[in-house]
Amino acid sequence: MINPEQTRVSSSKGWSPYLSGALVGVLAIVSVYLTTIYMGKSTYLGASTSFVRAAGLAVQVVDPSYVAQNVYYAKEKVVIDWQFLMVIGIFFGALLSSKMDGSFKLESLPPLWEKHFGSSVPRRAVFAFFGGIVAMIGARLADGCPSGHGLSGMMQLSVSSFVALAMFFGFGVIVANLLYRKGT
Amino acid sequence: MSIDQLLGLATGVIFGFLLQKGRVLRYDKQVAALLLKDMTIFKFMLSAIVVGMFGILALHDMGIITLSLKAMNVGGILVGGALFGVGWAVMGYCPGTSVGAVGEGRWTAIFGVIGMVVGAGIYAQMYPFFKSTVLAWADLGKIGLPEVIGVNHWVIAVVFALITLGMFRWFEKKGL
Repeated sequence: MINPEQTRVSSSKGWSPYLSGALVGVLAIVSVYLTTIYMGKSTYLGASTSFVRAAGLAVQVVDPSYVAQNVYYAKEKVVIDWQFLMVIGIFFGALLSSKMDGSFKLESLPPLWEKHFGSSVPRRAVFAFFGGIVAMIGARLADGCPSGHGLSGMMQLSVSSFVALAMFFGFGVIVANLLYRKGT
Repeated sequence: MSIDQLLGLATGVIFGFLLQKGRVLRYDKQVAALLLKDMTIFKFMLSAIVVGMFGILALHDMGIITLSLKAMNVGGILVGGALFGVGWAVMGYCPGTSVGAVGEGRWTAIFGVIGMVVGAGIYAQMYPFFKSTVLAWADLGKIGLPEVIGVNHWVIAVVFALITLGMFRWFEKKGL
């Protein structure tokens, strides 16, 4: 169980989620505008396609011919594009922000995880790894993640994004309750 | 670096900065949202959606930008959305936040990132299978709420904003 008091203290130096969220909204608008002007194509925030490109780049090192003849890599194109750099940028932005306000913390196990599943790092690694595989197969089938569907798609009033986000949260809520509710 | 890459990098740095400032990168926040115990993620996402929605619809009305809707592929959205939800709850991060979580020092999120790259590779290999099965069920195309409901997009945007504000009030009242 998360102690609400603790959560408040540890996030005391953060910004209000309303403010930081609203600024992401502004960023989304500016970014669509700038990509339209400078790249000639309105480009929206998203993250999951870059994992396909990362996989393609990794496999290319071992077997370039496999990547060259794979239909999906041909469709999504294995290139280091706008979004790929954006995803890398997220890492640096989070690093910068957390270093600036002192919230950077080398942490191997999230407190909530440790409470339910103990202090084994390999166990956490295995769960995160397989969770990641399932999540990404899902994101590719749905053609987006909470960024591409949740933020960008909802902003554009896309039907698919409203349904996708409902599915993300619906199944996320069910599984999170099965995994972490016990004993709290 | 090309202009595309520079723009992407700058956008990402600001995005990551704001995600970290909103404290939405953390596994505990993500899972607490799925347990419906902490609404930080909802507050953050909904604020971004409402602000972004008004700006993007306005720029589109002025003919400055084009929209890029994703297709309502029934099988893909339903099955993929469900699988994503399951993986999200287990991993505790989504694709964008996983990378940011590593940036703020939660280094074990890297196993989630590696899992997602592997998952993308598996998907690429299995794509012909999905294409002839799940993705072949029914595709309703790139449809927007305005044409489905049959009302002007600004009506939907205003209603969406009002519902969101109502939810925010409720969250604050309940201390969520």
